[in-house]
Amino acid sequence: MATVELRQVTKRYGAVEAIRGIDVAARDGEFLVLLGPSGCGKSTLLRMVAGLESITGGEIAIGGRRVDGLEPKDRDIAMVFQNYALYPHMSVFDNMAYGLKIRGLPKAEIRARVTRTAEMLELAPYLDRRPSQLSGGQRQRVAMGRAVVREPAAFLFDEPLSNLDAKLRTQMRLEIKRLQARLGVTSLYVTHDQVEAMTLADRILVMNQGVAEQIGAPLEIYSRPASLFVAGFIGSPPMNILDARIADDGRGLLLGGGGRIALPGPLAAEAGQPVKLGIRPEHLKPTAGPGGLSLTVELSEALGAETVLYGRLDGGQPAQLRMAGMPAHRPGDVLPVTADPSDLHLFDPRTGRRRPDTEQPGWAERRISAVS
Amino acid sequence: MSASLLDQAPAKVAPARFRPLDLLPHAVLVLGVLLLGFPLYMVFIGATWDAGTIARGNLPLTPGPLLLDNLAHAWTGTGGERVMHTPVRVMMWNSLVMALAIAVGKIAISIISAYAIAFFRFPLRMVFFWMIFITLMLPVEVRIVPTYEVVAGFGMVDSYAGLTIPLIASATATLLFRQFFLTVPDELVEAAKIDGAGPLRFFLDVLLPLSRTNIAALFVILFIYGWNQYLWPLLVTSSGDMDTVVIGVTKMIGTGEAATDWNIIMAATLLALLPPVAVVALMQRWLVKGLVDSEK
Repeated sequence: MATVELRQVTKRYGAVEAIRGIDVAARDGEFLVLLGPSGCGKSTLLRMVAGLESITGGEIAIGGRRVDGLEPKDRDIAMVFQNYALYPHMSVFDNMAYGLKIRGLPKAEIRARVTRTAEMLELAPYLDRRPSQLSGGQRQRVAMGRAVVREPAAFLFDEPLSNLDAKLRTQMRLEIKRLQARLGVTSLYVTHDQVEAMTLADRILVMNQGVAEQIGAPLEIYSRPASLFVAGFIGSPPMNILDARIADDGRGLLLGGGGRIALPGPLAAEAGQPVKLGIRPEHLKPTAGPGGLSLTVELSEALGAETVLYGRLDGGQPAQLRMAGMPAHRPGDVLPVTADPSDLHLFDPRTGRRRPDTEQPGWAERRISAVS
Repeated sequence: MSASLLDQAPAKVAPARFRPLDLLPHAVLVLGVLLLGFPLYMVFIGATWDAGTIARGNLPLTPGPLLLDNLAHAWTGTGGERVMHTPVRVMMWNSLVMALAIAVGKIAISIISAYAIAFFRFPLRMVFFWMIFITLMLPVEVRIVPTYEVVAGFGMVDSYAGLTIPLIASATATLLFRQFFLTVPDELVEAAKIDGAGPLRFFLDVLLPLSRTNIAALFVILFIYGWNQYLWPLLVTSSGDMDTVVIGVTKMIGTGEAATDWNIIMAATLLALLPPVAVVALMQRWLVKGLVDSEK
């Protein structure tokens, strides 16, 4: 059990900078998820922590001890791989015992540890089997068992669930969460699946093109995305990102085509400036009276518990609206819609970052407290 | 409509009717077996009669009474009527030593060099790979004179060392192992690294067990390759004590005026056939497995 600290970690392949100065510290016992699209460098970052990949710059420390110069085996970590990477010719028992055997633990202790771990993971009946005789979920559990049995300072998970079918993935996700909570071992978990990230993480590190876009608790990231990238990446269906302009009176945003939406606070100083406006589909609500915006429905996806409407706002910008139940809207219907001023996210169109003024009281704070 | 469909359905899944054309492949196969088997049968028949019967040229197609006598004479090197020869016992021992040394040596050297080429990054790695690859174009027959020169220079003529060492290096086996090693997932190597296994441990604990079937298949092929060597043993051995069975049998054929004990030669041939047949028969399962699938 230990902290895992990354300080200004970089990775360069020739002229290409794959990881550009990542700073993050996982607290003791924390479940930190590295989330991002494929190619964003999240796996590379994890492999650098594991010692499978060298670092070009910066420092990595586990439990306060600098490890970036050490061999993987000396870093006191255990890793679970995407394709499990079990030794195909060894029994489940030997797979789990191999690392301990190499470390020269006494036979009796190896047996005790493996047996204990196998019971915890419900693998006891399979100890004599080969990996090829196990189902995908069982192999996954053996891979986890191999990590657990070593009692490491940190677990590293590299997309461990992506080879499983959807149902099993949900089940294993719960098992991982439960296991991690029970053992209290600091964990780094790489995934491109935002549902996995939201459900497992204590904190999420959202990565894009080798840069940490945002680090925060799942709901904090959901409620206050720090950049347009995070806003578009987290949430399904994704957040509506709209081009808007601050109205001349500074009290509203103009979306073109006569659409107007009220701001929670005045931005008079920047009247006429363009902004990127983010509204989550569930925050765009149909309204009885004139709401200021109207959505022309093009497509309706009824999922039973909820319905997603795809359409265009005034000015022709595409938008999605999510509502509970099974409302009977047909393509062609025009719906007056609005959004609560506190549900608006404003981004700087040049930098793509969240505008600092949206951090003011009256913007998102209220909603965070409402959510948590 | 639906009734007629139902009527038709069983006709489609019923066993295909006998067609005369189906006999053709079988006929070809049977002919092949006969062509291959008949000389072997003649060897067997020859080993069961006396030299006189064969010499007169009217060898019957049924076995005679002398099989055990002939085998015993060949085995001990006695009882031939005219030509003295090295006992088959000695020749087979020589062949066995040579075949085993070549098979084991080739596998040992190849698997180690393949391991280096497939798993390690070192300067000139590809140069070494191509150097090994190119030796495919230089079989023993091509380099026989310089090879003999070198072996003679080391004083290894007429010894087991001279018989086997020049034949041990094998590009084929190296490439085969390399191809297999390239299919081993990187994650397995990384998992072993995290488990704390060094290169040697990984080789012994993971790679070698995974290569079992490949090793067995190669062993069969290489054992027979070694057993059947002719040109090189002919050149590098001179004393009768070092004859391999393939050489020895040809030496037993008399030249010029001397008559030939064909019955003894046939008995010796039968004995010479046994080890390769035994190896294939015992390891057939592994041979097929090794060539068809790799357990991963």
